[in-house]
Amino acid sequence: MSGPSDTSAAASDPLAGLRIWWTMLVISIEERLVYRGDFALGTLMRFLPIVTQVFLWTAVFSATARGDIAGYSRNDIVAYYLLTMLSRAFSSMPGLATGIARSIRDGSIKKFLVQPVDYLSFLLASRVAHKLVYYAVAAAPFALVFFLCRSFFPPLPDATTVAAFLGALLLSFLLGFFLEAALGMLGFWFLEISSLVFGYMLVQYLLSGHMFPIDMLAGIPSGIPGTSLADVVSWLPFQFTAYFPAAVWLGKVRGAELVRLLVVEAVWVVVMAVACRLAWRRGTRRYSAFGG
Amino acid sequence: MLRYLTIFGTFVRACLVRDLTFRANFILECLTSLGWMSMNLAFYLLVFTFTPEIGRDTGWTREPFFAFVATGMIINSIVQALFMPSAEELTELVRTGGLDAVLVKPLDAQFLLSMHRVDFSACANGLVGVCLLAWAVGRFETPPPAAAWAVYPLLLLCGVAILYALVIMLAAATIHLGRNQSLYDFWFYLTNFSRYPAEIYSGPWGSPLRALCTFVIPILLVVNVPARAITQPLTGAAWWAVGGTVCAAVAALVVSRVVFQRSLARYRSASS
Repeated sequence: MSGPSDTSAAASDPLAGLRIWWTMLVISIEERLVYRGDFALGTLMRFLPIVTQVFLWTAVFSATARGDIAGYSRNDIVAYYLLTMLSRAFSSMPGLATGIARSIRDGSIKKFLVQPVDYLSFLLASRVAHKLVYYAVAAAPFALVFFLCRSFFPPLPDATTVAAFLGALLLSFLLGFFLEAALGMLGFWFLEISSLVFGYMLVQYLLSGHMFPIDMLAGIPSGIPGTSLADVVSWLPFQFTAYFPAAVWLGKVRGAELVRLLVVEAVWVVVMAVACRLAWRRGTRRYSAFGG
Repeated sequence: MLRYLTIFGTFVRACLVRDLTFRANFILECLTSLGWMSMNLAFYLLVFTFTPEIGRDTGWTREPFFAFVATGMIINSIVQALFMPSAEELTELVRTGGLDAVLVKPLDAQFLLSMHRVDFSACANGLVGVCLLAWAVGRFETPPPAAAWAVYPLLLLCGVAILYALVIMLAAATIHLGRNQSLYDFWFYLTNFSRYPAEIYSGPWGSPLRALCTFVIPILLVVNVPARAITQPLTGAAWWAVGGTVCAAVAALVVSRVVFQRSLARYRSASS
């Protein structure tokens, strides 16, 4: 069994494609709402790590005479962690890569080879649904936490910065999706990718700025002459999935540098989307499925 | 009891054979597990480039703090190896109805559901934890007294017992929710509170949180008490903490047993 799905029906009627997409979105939202208890629990737990980080950094600042660390005051660091939570709410894709690999392994992916539904579009619609339900459930807790922690934040940035922040968040959603989907597509070659996914999560957690602001690596040599670890991290796409939106809001990235990084983020999205598409085409050519 | 030990031995052998059958995957799992741990250690090293200790006058300077981290690694690796894989499977067993097959077996359901899978790759972190502990203790100005080393293994066991009780109660929640895919994540985030010295939880928000995580959900006792036993003098107050931890471990096991049994009683099969 091989070859991408036939989307000729969608191509002949421009509205048909939209209708298929809408149906996929509605089905996914309904599926997400079936297990509301699990979903609510998952939403709640995402607030827990920030609590320990706030106390840890408060303890660190209490024991040192420094007013700031790598340009971040204690309040900045707390605000930074809260903002990275928001970034991750957009860019994290729990279960996407392992779900794709599972579909390849158990053969359920073959239905997308015979149905006029594009697999990547289906996954994207499913993720949009997941995120919409997540935001609906998480909006109130997010608003409450941000309100309670408002004293940690600097004054509201100007409208341009807010627009750049929103753009960075939307791009981080797309980048997170295509990064994980590309990882999942490796299932066509390796079948079992759980260790790869764990490795990816590890690298992602460290290099995205989720663990600490990337600026803290500025003074640490990378081994390449004249290059710090922060420089190396800035060459990779991971910073856009947590650090970058937070840094934009806190005013750590401004002006021409802000525009340059938004463009770089958009380029990474395109690169990963093309990589996904190529992996799908090549993967489905070598894919074999047995049974009914 | 002997029967259960024999059966557990069979589970261990079967899991070892399974892990060694997929050797490449096993090695990758060990490496990723070590990678996660290295990343955390690197983070702590980074933190200590900015500060001499965690919290003013708490005594958690670099070496004692790394002894603390090592203690946490040892306890967590035991729990990850022995209980977490089985607990994670329970979530799917409930959803699919596969739990029926377990319940009709002539064995204690809690034993079967919480101990039938052993993840040997998790032991890698525990071994590194032991090495890290040896490195940190070797750099102490005053080595821990013999009494501290005597109670340390007992306190490690208490820590494992408290975390096991927590795993069991979270797994029991699965039966009520129908599905609990977030079990592992929730466990990770909840135990996050135990990964730092209790002294960091201070102030108007920290003190109530510390009280909650000590007396209601005793996760702050899991690593703090054994780590303090070897890093700080065993004074009168420390002995109270040791006694309290033993009592908390016993109470946690009893409560988790009751919760799990009651949850099982509410189980309704999902299969046909």
